Amino acid sequence: MDRRRAVAEPLTPGSAVRREWQRFTPGQRLARFAVYFSVVAAFVLSLGTVEVIPEFLWDAPAQVQDLLLRMWPPDYAHYPSSVHDAMVETLHIATLGTVISVLLAVPLGLLAANNVMPSRTVNTLIKLALVTSRSVNSLVWALLFIAVFGPGALAGTLAIAFRSIGFVGKLLGEALEEAQPGPIEALKASGASWPSLLVFGYWPQVKPAFWALVLLRWDINVRESAVLGLVGAGGIGVALNTAMNLFQWDRVAVVLLAIFVVVIVAEVVVTWVRGRIL
Amino acid sequence: MSEAVHAPRRAFEPDWLARIGWLAALLYVVYAASLLDFTWARFVTGLEQAARFLDRMFPPDFSRWEAVLKGMKESLEIAVLASVGGILLSLPIGFLAARNLMPAWVNWPARALIAACRTFHPVIVAIVFVKAVGFGALAGILALVIASVGFIAKLFAEAIEEISLKQVEAVRATGASFMNVVVFGVLPQVAARFIGFSTYQFDANVRNSTMVGIVGAGGIGAPLFVAFQRFDYDVVCAILIAIVAVVFLCEILSNQVKRVFGEAVQDGQAPRRG
Repeated sequence: MDRRRAVAEPLTPGSAVRREWQRFTPGQRLARFAVYFSVVAAFVLSLGTVEVIPEFLWDAPAQVQDLLLRMWPPDYAHYPSSVHDAMVETLHIATLGTVISVLLAVPLGLLAANNVMPSRTVNTLIKLALVTSRSVNSLVWALLFIAVFGPGALAGTLAIAFRSIGFVGKLLGEALEEAQPGPIEALKASGASWPSLLVFGYWPQVKPAFWALVLLRWDINVRESAVLGLVGAGGIGVALNTAMNLFQWDRVAVVLLAIFVVVIVAEVVVTWVRGRIL
Repeated sequence: MSEAVHAPRRAFEPDWLARIGWLAALLYVVYAASLLDFTWARFVTGLEQAARFLDRMFPPDFSRWEAVLKGMKESLEIAVLASVGGILLSLPIGFLAARNLMPAWVNWPARALIAACRTFHPVIVAIVFVKAVGFGALAGILALVIASVGFIAKLFAEAIEEISLKQVEAVRATGASFMNVVVFGVLPQVAARFIGFSTYQFDANVRNSTMVGIVGAGGIGAPLFVAFQRFDYDVVCAILIAIVAVVFLCEILSNQVKRVFGEAVQDGQAPRRG
C-alpha cells in the first residue's frame, strides 16, 4: 500500500528544512473528495425528494404503543395448532435449500476458479451467472418459482437454493483460487487423474472454507426462509401473513417469538458446529 | 516395521465417520423432499408451466417505464438514506460493543442491541414499521437502518477487537484524552475496514430496498408484486431487468469507492453476511 506518497522537493541542502510532506497525492485527494461529495449529494437529494408524510411520523409513538398493547399477551395457544408445523417446514426449506444450492454451486464454483478451469471466458460467464443469482432477492426467486410450481414449500426451497448458489459458488470459487499450487503439481507429477486432483488436491485445501460458508449460508437461509411465506412460498411466513391480514396481533407476536427463538438457536448451533469441525 | 511393509498401504485412508455423515445427509434429503411434497409429476408439470411463463415474460414490457423509474428512484433513495443512517448509528454502537475498549456493563447492552437488530429479516422489520409509521418509504428506511446497524456495527466491533493495542498505548502514553485515543489510536486502524463494511451494506441495502415494497414500505417492490399478482409477466421481466442492472451498477460503484480508500478488498475478502 504505497498511498503515503510524499510531495517533496528535490533534496538540496538548503531545502531540507521546509520540505512539505503530504499523505496523499493530489489524485487520491481528488478521488476522496469526489466520494465524499457524491455521498453528501446523494444523501441531500434523497432526503429532499423522498416522500415521507410527517403526520405519520408524529403518530408513530402512539401507533407503536397500540401495536404492543395488541401484541400483549401473546396467544401461546396458537403455537401448537398452527405455528409449530410451519416452523418445522421453514427449517426444512432452509436446510434442503442449502443442500440443493451446494449441489448446484460446486460445479459452478469449480468453473469460476481460474486455476481449476483455465479459461477466462468460461470464468467470466459463470461469474456473471453467479452475480445474477445473488442480485435477485430470495423473495423474487420465490415469486418466480410460485409462478412455475404453484404456491408452497417447493417454490420456497428452490428460491432459497437459487438465491444461495451465487453466494456459495462465488466464495467457493475464491477459496479454490487461493489453494496452494504445490500439492496440485505434486499430484499431477504422480500422474493423478482429473477427479483425483479435485478430491485429493483441492478438496482438502478448501474443506474448512467450504464448511464455514455452508454453515454461514444455512444460518442466513433460516432467516430468509422465515419471510418467504409472505409471498406464499411456504413456511412460517404463511402463518405470519395470515395472522397479520386478520389483525390478530397476539398471534403475530407468537410467530415473531418463534422466529426469534429459532434464529438464536440456529446461530448457537452454527457457532458450536464451527468450533467443533474447524 | 516389518508389519508396515507387508500391510497394503493406502495413501488416503477412507474416513468412515465422514461416509456415515454423507449417508445421513442423503437420507435427510430424501426424507425432507418427501415431506415437502417434491414429486416427479409436479416437476414435470412445473416444466410446462415454466415454458409458458418464460414465453409470457419475453419480450419485456417497458411501456410503463415511468412507473418503473419512479419506483427504482424511491428504492435508491431508501437505500441511500438507510445506509447513511445506519453507518452513522453503527459508529458509536460498534465502539460501545468492542470488548477491548469498553467495560462489560457497556458492551453487553450494545452487543444485545446489535444481536436484536440482526435477528429479524429486514422485510419482517419493515412490517412492524409499516404499522408504526404507515405505508411508504419511511418504513422501508427505518427497517433498513436496523438491518445496517445489525451488520456494520457487529463487524465494526469485531474489527476493533482485533486492533493492535500498541498504538493505543502509545497515544495514551502521550497523555491523550479518551476521545483522542479513539480518534488517533483506534480509528486509523479500522477506518478502511469500516468503509469496506459500509459499502458492502450499501449494496445489501440496495437489494433489500427493492423488496420492502412487498409489505408496503415503498420502492419498486410494490409495482413488482402487483405485476406478479396480475400475471403481467412481461412487466415483471422489465422490472427485474431494471433491478439487476441497478444492483450491478451499485456494486461497481462501491468497488470504486473501496479502491479510492485503498483497502485491498477484492470481492473475496468482502465481509461475510451473518
